[in-house]
Amino acid sequence: MCLAVPGRLESIAGADPLAREGRVRFGGSVRRVNLAYVPEACVGDYVLVHVGFAIAVVDPAEAARTLTLLERLEEPEGEP
Amino acid sequence: MRYQDEYRHPAAVHATTAAIARAATRPWTLMEVCGGQTHAIVRHGLDQLLPPAVTLVHGPGCPVCVTPLELIDAAIAVAARPEVTLCSFGDMLRVPGSRRDLLQVKAEGGDVRVVYSPLDALALARRHPERAVVLFAVGFETTAPAVAMAIHQAATGGVANFSALISHVLVPPALEAILAAPGNRVQGFLAAGHVCTIMGTEEYVPLAARHRVPIVVTGFEPLDVLQGVLLCVRQLEEGRAEVENQYARSVRPAGNEAARAMIRRVFEVVPRAWRGLGEIPQSGLGLRPAYAAHDAVRRFGLAAAPVAEPAECISGLVLQGRRRPAECPAFGTRCTPERPLGAPMVSSEGTCAAYYRYRGGARAS
Repeated sequence: MCLAVPGRLESIAGADPLAREGRVRFGGSVRRVNLAYVPEACVGDYVLVHVGFAIAVVDPAEAARTLTLLERLEEPEGEP
Repeated sequence: MRYQDEYRHPAAVHATTAAIARAATRPWTLMEVCGGQTHAIVRHGLDQLLPPAVTLVHGPGCPVCVTPLELIDAAIAVAARPEVTLCSFGDMLRVPGSRRDLLQVKAEGGDVRVVYSPLDALALARRHPERAVVLFAVGFETTAPAVAMAIHQAATGGVANFSALISHVLVPPALEAILAAPGNRVQGFLAAGHVCTIMGTEEYVPLAARHRVPIVVTGFEPLDVLQGVLLCVRQLEEGRAEVENQYARSVRPAGNEAARAMIRRVFEVVPRAWRGLGEIPQSGLGLRPAYAAHDAVRRFGLAAAPVAEPAECISGLVLQGRRRPAECPAFGTRCTPERPLGAPMVSSEGTCAAYYRYRGGARAS
């Protein structure tokens, strides 16, 4: 139910803030997604999509930080 | 796909489980409260990678599973009306009501449709003004903004033939109920990353402090879940009880403010009954009076008559993390995804369905 999938925002259309829509690519498929809840989203961003709505713009810096923490675990001597 | 594949890297999985094993010096019991995480854990065998000291129990994280039988019966009753088109998320169709399920209503000629988005149901109502279109709105905070938007657009756009049967529940009051229950053995929570993407992390802070329980907001990929476990175990070992955010790439402390504003506009907090847990105060969302014209309960005079659960189904105990599916005598024999006794065997997020699918329940039948 709470499944949400990240996809790349390819285009944005619509002036009404509640009906702003985007085309979002998930691998090989593209879906129309409501963007009302991510007014900050720009073309090229990755958005997290749940039941036809983008609910967040994925933060690339935070995503990288999580991966860095995980990579550090691969070198046990580097672990605090 | 980006932001998925890199969180499934086998070497990092091994390194993280090794770090958990080094961190855990005593036995700890953690609970996840999201069906998506339950399925990730069982599907990828993450629980089997953990050291024996760390036990994962599965909480009431599947909205379909906690929807009370009375509301399912109400949806079935409304779907059987000749003028109604009932729109539901797919998972709900095979959940047994007290006598039949929505699929049977459909087979008998009822107009029951599966929708991907609440806006699809609204579009159907716009295209068919002669039909009474009812959305069976089931979900946690993650789904509430989408339902709220459909109802708000129906109200402002004068789509009078659109209504919703609301069964929306909120996660923090359920955590409170689990922690307050006698005999609770949960010592730390993995909170659901997408619920917190909407609501943020702030409402978990008093809960963590009051019950001295670490709460780690966690994502859904294998490495997310394992890192959530690691952070939670480290807190327990160090005697900390804080709210931490493992899923910071999507969860901001204040959540999604635009989505929260729409939830507040359309919904108010109400008491709700949870299947398996009973009534929990302030644990659900109901429509505000301004949107009452789109409330299916009001429109169709639906009375939620209390009904008895099937005697053999232990889903209440499974939903509280007190029993594992395999401890149920009906599991995999008299209860299968094709012929379920209870909702956790039906939903793609249900705990019983996860064990049946990934842990050889099929072989037991």
